[in-house]
Amino acid sequence: MISAPDVVAFTREEELEDELCSEPPLPEEYSVPLFPFASHGANPWAKVASSKFTRDFILISEFSEQVGPQPLLTIPDDAKVSGTFDLNYFSLRIMSVDYQASFVGHPPGSAYPKLNFVEDSKVVLGDSKEGAFAYVHHLTLYDLEARGFVRPFCMAYISADEHKIMQQFQELSAEFSKASECLKTGNRKAFANELEKKLKDLDYTRTVLHNETEIQKKANDKGYYTTQAIEKANELASVEKSIIEHQDLLKQIRSYPYRKLKESDFHPYEPECALDQANAGCDRDLTTSDLAEPGETHLYTHVPSYTPKLIKAKSAKCFDKKLKTLQELCDIYFFTQTLDQLHQIERTFRGDVCYLLTDQISRVLLKQQSVTNFLFEDVSFLDEKPPEKQYRGCQGLSQEAVDRKCSEESAAPKVVISLGSYKSSVECVPIKMEQEIEDSQEPKMTESMTFEQQENLDYLDADIKGSISSGESIEVLGTEKSASGLTKSESQASLPVSPSPQAGRSKVGSRRTVSEDSIEVLSTCPSESLIPEDFKASYPSAINEEPYADDEEGGLRFTPKLNPDNADEQEDISKQENSVQVDSACCIGKESPNFLEPLPDLGQKPCDEDGVVRIPPQPYRQAEQGLHGSFGGFPSHDGISGGLLPYELDSRYLTGSREVSKSSLDECSDSASYISSTASTCSDRTPSPAHLTCPASERHKKKAGQNALRFIRQYPFAHPAIYSLLSGRTLVVLGEEEAIVKKLVTALSIFVPNCGVYAKPVKHWVTSPLHVVDFQKWKLIGLQRMVSPAGVNVLHALSRYSRYVSILDADSKTLRCPLYKGTLVSRLADHRTQIKRGSTYYMHVQSILTQLCSKAFLFTFCHHLHLPISEREPEESIVNRRMNFLKLQLGLANEDIKIVQYLAELLKLQYIQEPGHGVNPLLRFDYVPSFLYKI
Amino acid sequence: KSSVQTIGEEQIQNPYTELLVLKGHQDIVRFLVQIDDCRFASAGDDGIVFLWDARTGEKLFEFHGHTHKITAIAPFSSPDASEEKKCLILTASADRTVIVWNCSSGRQVQKVSCFHSTVKCLTVLQRLDVWLSGGSDLCVWNRKLDLLCKTSHLTDAGISALVELPKNCVAAAVGKELIIFRLIHSNDESEGWNVLEVKRLVDHQDNILSLVSVNDLTFVSGSHVGELIFWDALDWTKQASECNFWDSSVHPDVQPEIKLSQSPNETSIQHLTSDEECVFAAVGKGIYVYNLQMKRVIACQRTAHESSVLHIEKIPNRQLISCSEDGSVRIWELREKQQLPAEPVPTGFFNMWGFGRANKQANQAAKKMQENTPMYFLELVGDLIGHSSAVQMFLYFGELGLATCSADHLIILWKDGERESRLRSLTLFQKLAQNSDLQLEL
Repeated sequence: MISAPDVVAFTREEELEDELCSEPPLPEEYSVPLFPFASHGANPWAKVASSKFTRDFILISEFSEQVGPQPLLTIPDDAKVSGTFDLNYFSLRIMSVDYQASFVGHPPGSAYPKLNFVEDSKVVLGDSKEGAFAYVHHLTLYDLEARGFVRPFCMAYISADEHKIMQQFQELSAEFSKASECLKTGNRKAFANELEKKLKDLDYTRTVLHNETEIQKKANDKGYYTTQAIEKANELASVEKSIIEHQDLLKQIRSYPYRKLKESDFHPYEPECALDQANAGCDRDLTTSDLAEPGETHLYTHVPSYTPKLIKAKSAKCFDKKLKTLQELCDIYFFTQTLDQLHQIERTFRGDVCYLLTDQISRVLLKQQSVTNFLFEDVSFLDEKPPEKQYRGCQGLSQEAVDRKCSEESAAPKVVISLGSYKSSVECVPIKMEQEIEDSQEPKMTESMTFEQQENLDYLDADIKGSISSGESIEVLGTEKSASGLTKSESQASLPVSPSPQAGRSKVGSRRTVSEDSIEVLSTCPSESLIPEDFKASYPSAINEEPYADDEEGGLRFTPKLNPDNADEQEDISKQENSVQVDSACCIGKESPNFLEPLPDLGQKPCDEDGVVRIPPQPYRQAEQGLHGSFGGFPSHDGISGGLLPYELDSRYLTGSREVSKSSLDECSDSASYISSTASTCSDRTPSPAHLTCPASERHKKKAGQNALRFIRQYPFAHPAIYSLLSGRTLVVLGEEEAIVKKLVTALSIFVPNCGVYAKPVKHWVTSPLHVVDFQKWKLIGLQRMVSPAGVNVLHALSRYSRYVSILDADSKTLRCPLYKGTLVSRLADHRTQIKRGSTYYMHVQSILTQLCSKAFLFTFCHHLHLPISEREPEESIVNRRMNFLKLQLGLANEDIKIVQYLAELLKLQYIQEPGHGVNPLLRFDYVPSFLYKI
Repeated sequence: KSSVQTIGEEQIQNPYTELLVLKGHQDIVRFLVQIDDCRFASAGDDGIVFLWDARTGEKLFEFHGHTHKITAIAPFSSPDASEEKKCLILTASADRTVIVWNCSSGRQVQKVSCFHSTVKCLTVLQRLDVWLSGGSDLCVWNRKLDLLCKTSHLTDAGISALVELPKNCVAAAVGKELIIFRLIHSNDESEGWNVLEVKRLVDHQDNILSLVSVNDLTFVSGSHVGELIFWDALDWTKQASECNFWDSSVHPDVQPEIKLSQSPNETSIQHLTSDEECVFAAVGKGIYVYNLQMKRVIACQRTAHESSVLHIEKIPNRQLISCSEDGSVRIWELREKQQLPAEPVPTGFFNMWGFGRANKQANQAAKKMQENTPMYFLELVGDLIGHSSAVQMFLYFGELGLATCSADHLIILWKDGERESRLRSLTLFQKLAQNSDLQLEL
């Protein structure tokens, strides 16, 4: 942690300037972006007070084909969260901006309905009147009973802070994409299951019909067919056709490009697979079954348990009375996974944006301190491989041009800010697009590059306008340019003609005029750019529906015979058809040649003329230029988002233990009460400790911080104890009660330098006698004191190795350790500190330890401090120089020198470590006398 | 209650401020043998031989071949300097085999398994380019592992120690006897040797435990009951003897109860070492320094350790290192009596935990020594505590440090922390230059 946000929040600009005058200017990357309106003397939190909800939340809505937009659930699932905020209205609002093409149609030359593997779209939407700003993620799920087999949904992150939404767009987008991907995977599985069952039914129906026909044939041998026989034959034919259609659909859903999942380290399927294997007990060798084909595995395992039933012959496009719920649409495992992910998102992004930004900046900086960061930071999350795209962005460090290109490609949503009206920006699209078709890919790239730079400037203007001006509708929409040049943006192109959201859209038209002040950003999902080659052809076209009347007749006539109840149902459906504005006929043959054409630069050139600018949202705009300057192609937000989302790879997460996430959520809510006292200044009244590390470590930090605060207040000899830890002398906490010992160990653990990236120097509880090997491994040990003979051995070993350890006796409250007379620890652990919160204290400790690290780094890597300047220089003069440097240059006194020397030794060991060889753990010690401290 | 001298936690003269634990053995490690400037081998009851780098503690090779515990180990380097440096080690085991290992390739070179009994000692006669194995008989081998000659069956107990003497002679300790053998070049063959028993020396009252050559003229043997006899290396006559280590007359004010409790174990001479002028003997728990010219013990530390001293070695700067069954290694300095400094006072930790020894006793011990005849005394300058069980042996590597092996299956490399830190800095800047990312890092 580089800086403590608590402090940052109260830093005024004037103070900063004063400092800047007296000292050399702080590198840009170390400064935190100032609040843009600070100059007006405004309270940075004042303007969001008008919102009707108390904290950020996630809303899932559906555009129901029966009742229109409706909210389904909120996360957190608490009525208090949304307060007086009108969820229905907002659902309508967010669903209205779905420009997504979820449509069906016959591709030319194809006889059967085609499934469209639709991509998600991402929209930023703002309503300053409501005080609500939202990141909206649209997705479609498959439902056999829905119109066109698709059901449009959206997940929205709603916040009162517009800046959070804009600045965290990348991160939100990435996180929601994962949640969406998870949900869709589950949905595909459920859909495949549903198809399977349907096929069974159809098969069974066919057999029954066939038998009946045969019986009829035998019964009548007059040589001509009765009308009954002809009807039966027709029914049979339509069932046959239906079977073929469904089989085709099944094939399509099974062949969904799972490759994508493999590549993104996202294996939500694994545990489920094993479970099924156990449950089904089927003899098929599932060990060989590919994870990438979950549908297949399940089809086999589920089939035996299903009894087919006779169904009326009816085409796939028929409606059902009751629509499936979201939960029913998705495999339960994936559904809970998705909910977990959404809870995680909520936890991650709650609180003030300042936290998020600080955290991101410090994370990026930390990542760059590759030599020292292992000492006091948990660098395991830094090691995680960022997604490939972003990786590419990071590698282009030295070449500015390459970097720009990469970041342009990977910066995800190309946002088009349209200052004009919605209509103009959308409708101009298909026309302009056609002009572009012939353009080759390359020139466009370069053009867009130069264009991009200009836009950067424009964007700031646009942004300010957007946030200040009222009474003017600002909509931002854009599309992701795919690397392959494949059409990713039929969301826009197909907009005027796509059928399913049309009802909503017509409403949108009217609604839109109502909202007077809004910002909308639209883009399509970058994660979908990996559609395999063979899918590209059919990709833009949706499912082709059969001519409606043809099948329906058979179905209607067939129904009364077999299932009289269904007649009512059928009527209902037809009523529905009336109530829903669109009937399915409009789906037929609606595909336009435009769909097949690449629209990569959709928003670009044409929009340029229209005064539309496009810009990716920047996480921290003010700092950006400086970052580029000083780091030479610093990978701006790519790098950030790369290191940003570590938790979702957390295995704990994937195993789907909801308890864990739940409990950590509770943990967070616990502190809400704490915060509420200071909450008057806070934008939303939620706690902010949502760092993007995994929640467990976050919890640990807070707990450790609290315990450490208690420790330094309670124990007057906290300083020598902390000095022991910092100087690499193992501290043994001795006590009878495990809980007390562990608490002390947790408290002290924040002061323990790591000996290597993977070393774990803290051992919370040991009951066996310690050995010299243990002191190499562990620097902080909780040891059980026992009265039994075994306990005597433990104590004997401890006294034997007393020269290597400091001993904190938790029972008698004594400490035996070397004397400490330095000054450093007193700054680190002042028992009169005003800091009250554990996490704040943790950050305070981290910032001082970071200072310490930089000193150790300087000391380690100063050539003349360790090597002779001239050949004949005696060792003593080097030693003198070294001590002078430590004392005078670094301002260290007495024992503080030993701390820096120890840290330097760790740095050296880490640096010279050969990659292949493991570090040989060594124990360094001093022959110094120990003293006994008592309270 | 023992009156072992203790040193506090402040040990200014102790250079060893860094330690490396070398793990690998699965049983007691009994032998350490130096191969060259920076390598050493370790062997023990698990039958495995490890080859280590003394600089880094890196494990270089593992030699598996013996099925029983190893009873003797000896390095066997090539006499030819011109030839590529070919280091061999010989190991003898209780499985009645001797294996020759190549330390460069880490392979087994050859295995001899024609022994009737366990080989208990191995000696290489560099000068003659032969090696001897001592078990129930004495065999002479050449480099190619041809058996050149052997003695008749000597004893079931076997030869416990061998030492090379001038004029192609060796002295073998067999029980209470010392037998002198002479190797004679046989006339008929070019590389043939005959071994001939020359003399038996029967002056020792008990089993001879240690045998060491002091210089070309003298060798010395020590027995289980504490007889130390100096022999003339040329005519094998007794030059001098010292057998009063336990005798209270030497130390007139030794308290009677100590005398009573003495067992032969407390006076047995476990190990002997020598420099030009002195012979250092590990006798029971104590260390004695015998001056050859003065022909008497000039300094002693009657209870240097809490239990038997197993190995001692003289290191430069008039210092001495000893290791003991009590698991500690101690560094002593031979000082003249006049320089006696104040008795170091241990800090209160031992007392605190109830394991302490009263300072008074240490003071008393010091007083006793002052009254003793020696003009010198052994000052404890440092102790190394790391092993949890008996330290069997150690190997002094000069500035590379000290390797100790123990019954707790571990080998510990003790190093000078200052020096290591300097070396690491050096390596660091070399690596920086090599990676040429000095610019980037700074």
